[in-house]
Amino acid sequence: MSMNLCKKSMVFVAVSAAAMVPVPLQAQDTMQGMDMPAMQQPPQQTTGGWQRLDIGPQIGERPVVRGLGLQPMAVDAMPGMPPMQGGRAPPDARRPDYSDGVDYGSMTGMDMADDKPLGMLQFDRLEYFNGRAASGVSLDAQAWYGTDENRLWLKAEGEHSGERLQDLRTEVLWDRPVAAYWDTQLGVRHDFGVGPDRTWAAFGVQGLAPYWFDVAATAYVGQSSRTALRFEAQYELPLTQRLILQPRIEANLYGRDDPQRDIGAGLSDAELGVRLRYEITRQFAPYVGVDFTRRFGKTADFVRAAGEPVYKPQLVAGAHIWF
Amino acid sequence: MKRSSRDAAMNVSRRRFVQSLGAGTGACSLGLFSPRLFAADIGTTSPRTPALLSGTDFDLTIGNMPADFTGRMRPAVSVNGSIPGPTLRWREGTSVTLRVHNHLPVTSSIHWHGIILPFQMDGVPGISYPGIAAGDTFTARFQVKQSGTYWYHGHSHFQEQTGLYGAIIIDPAKPDPIGVDRDYVVMLNDWTDEDPDGLYAHLKKVSNYYNYGEPTMQDFIADASRQGVSHALASRRMWNQMRMSPRDLVDVTGATYTYLMNGNGPAGNWTALFRPGERVRLRFINGSSNSFFDVRIPGLNLSVIAADGQNVDPVEVDEFRIGTAEVYDVIVQPREDRAYTIFAQSMSRDGYARGTLAPRAGMQAEVPNLDPLPTIAMVDMMGSMAQGGGMSGMRNMTHGGDMHTGQHEPTDDTGMVGMPEVHHARTEYGPNVDMRVDMPRTNLDDPGIGLRDNGRRVLTYADLHTIGGSLYEHEPVGREIELHLTGNMERFIWGFDGLKFSQAKPVHFRYGEHLRLVLVNDTMMTHPIHLHGMWSELESPAQKFQVRKHTICVQPAQRVTYRVLADALGRWAYHCHLLYHMEAGMFREVVVS
Repeated sequence: MSMNLCKKSMVFVAVSAAAMVPVPLQAQDTMQGMDMPAMQQPPQQTTGGWQRLDIGPQIGERPVVRGLGLQPMAVDAMPGMPPMQGGRAPPDARRPDYSDGVDYGSMTGMDMADDKPLGMLQFDRLEYFNGRAASGVSLDAQAWYGTDENRLWLKAEGEHSGERLQDLRTEVLWDRPVAAYWDTQLGVRHDFGVGPDRTWAAFGVQGLAPYWFDVAATAYVGQSSRTALRFEAQYELPLTQRLILQPRIEANLYGRDDPQRDIGAGLSDAELGVRLRYEITRQFAPYVGVDFTRRFGKTADFVRAAGEPVYKPQLVAGAHIWF
Repeated sequence: MKRSSRDAAMNVSRRRFVQSLGAGTGACSLGLFSPRLFAADIGTTSPRTPALLSGTDFDLTIGNMPADFTGRMRPAVSVNGSIPGPTLRWREGTSVTLRVHNHLPVTSSIHWHGIILPFQMDGVPGISYPGIAAGDTFTARFQVKQSGTYWYHGHSHFQEQTGLYGAIIIDPAKPDPIGVDRDYVVMLNDWTDEDPDGLYAHLKKVSNYYNYGEPTMQDFIADASRQGVSHALASRRMWNQMRMSPRDLVDVTGATYTYLMNGNGPAGNWTALFRPGERVRLRFINGSSNSFFDVRIPGLNLSVIAADGQNVDPVEVDEFRIGTAEVYDVIVQPREDRAYTIFAQSMSRDGYARGTLAPRAGMQAEVPNLDPLPTIAMVDMMGSMAQGGGMSGMRNMTHGGDMHTGQHEPTDDTGMVGMPEVHHARTEYGPNVDMRVDMPRTNLDDPGIGLRDNGRRVLTYADLHTIGGSLYEHEPVGREIELHLTGNMERFIWGFDGLKFSQAKPVHFRYGEHLRLVLVNDTMMTHPIHLHGMWSELESPAQKFQVRKHTICVQPAQRVTYRVLADALGRWAYHCHLLYHMEAGMFREVVVS
């Protein structure tokens, strides 16, 4: 095998090896004065303390480790290397088919879980909010059912205050994965709440952006050539294994005015929230937080005219629950 | 680092102690066959040491049984009413008949792991047979063509996780060249109180559900104060950019698992007896569903004499990692009249299985603390790129040849091993694959994550040499089949070449061909890959025969090659032996025709 190196791969090795040179040098620099001779294994940064296992039925203690002791290395620091993630298959990519035309037999009884549908119901936010102008209950829930390849999604986000349903956005979407961390979603949206109901066609992308940002962006087309855009991003910052800080932003844009629903064209509203949750279990995590909503442009005008505040800071308390 | 056992015991809360005590308090065993056994010693065998059944004719009954390993009674699946099921002792050259009765209300099965037999007897539903319907009996009958330590387990859905497993010992036809005074099976398992279907669903929904070792803000602050903020940020950059965690060691941890030794929790203290000076053979079997164990017996040299049932040139070590479904036979010779702890900590350092070697029942020795939680090293993600390039010369230039992973670069006749070419499949560019490794490492002398430079002599595959060499040395190796181990950790999708079992076609081996399987691990997890029906003869990086196995652990960003003689007609399973990876798609059917 070693003698079979083709020209192309020799060049490849040379390029990538040359590209590597600065990295080990840098690593050696940073390792000076440490006991560990090379870069592969970060030194274990034990504190001298002991941690009793408290996560399950197990017994035992292990040294407390603080820090990861990682060495910097960037994927894009290797010019000439193909990316480790994503991308398109080169035209000469290997075929994965080693069947020689042999198919599965007629044997029954295969019982693998890899194509079995599953379902999930998640209350991302189920909370009580209290602001200067109003208090009430708000909800952000999703449910899905299906296989890895095809899932039906239901989404509901809304709030109830002043003894009535202020706003409720519901969506039914067909979800398909398109890349390692990205799905497309196609479906319909229906809005309830103050003013007449609205129905839209929806198309969006949802996924995990680099650096762990949970992102969803959806475009909508409704009756009377109404259009809308909605953007949502959130991040989870683990302070400890169970205490998690979650900042979140959301913005809505509309293509034209909808005075009956207090909506103006352009950037209509933006929301910034920070929630601190404690995962008693993975599936049940109460939280407290703050949430700021701001209306803009014509939407702000409509809201002002209705005697409501344009800027709404709120305290929130609720729970993150899923099944 | 070590603290006294008294301290450790004091820290075990009463509740936990009671929980993991199980039913087998003070369990001890006298071994399978003890040539020097005195009559007075017989009869102290504990209820938690599986029964030993010898001969050629066996009745095995799979049934539901309530089991209590944690303080809670939970439904379990047993064989002949015990977990593990009875140890089966066969003799090479005989023909065995195994009547498997299924008393479960659902289809069940038993696979004889590592046994060379006709495919109809192999016990994989959907491939060897339709499975054993509720209330039915399947009779497996085959010639025993090998000797050594093996095991059996359920191959139906998640039944293995619920207790359907046991050991197989095959005595050689000729007198065993390995003379010992005592002989024990040490089967390691992982038990969960959860319904494994629910466990699998948790992983599919939130893939780090059981990971309580994720990097936190506390770690960042510690790194920033030690290394500076910019260094701490830079060192996290690639991981975060790739949306991967340097603490994603295993998928299922002690957050749900209780680790068992021969069916006993850590406090149950399964005990094997010896007289000082005796040679004791311990047959370690990792019968867990989803766990790796790092095994050692403080105070004793471990002489590894067999791997996956096949005798190897003895290797003296302090510790070895045993992957899911792997088997290592070890000889120890305790000389002192005291107890020794058999300590098997999980790779994710969140628990351990534990037993005792003792001259008398009821004794125990210091139980070591767990090792610190390791962080995945760059070599586990970038392969040889993180070793300083793909060529040995380069490596030595940049690192003075003193590599932390224990690089002693094997060389071929030219004195240099070139970097092997990697061919990603065209199906590796979709949603099922979250990373690809372009320059995998090929060295076998890395003990793996968490064991590097721990101050102990740790077994690696480079240490293993099957006695007698390859069975097929005379057969030239023909074609190569390259398969990549792939996954999407976030979606919890696993496969070969980016394809799940349900998306893939069978892999065809041409009857009689001697082929080379090339596995490239394009993930950050270690995968124990098991080919049914035929031996996997692992090669060194220079493609010399190394060791004959039935289950080969492929480390993250590693490329391994092994030879297979396709001499077993029929349909066979080929899969990752981590049960949840297998069920999530890391499975292929191999057809030999």
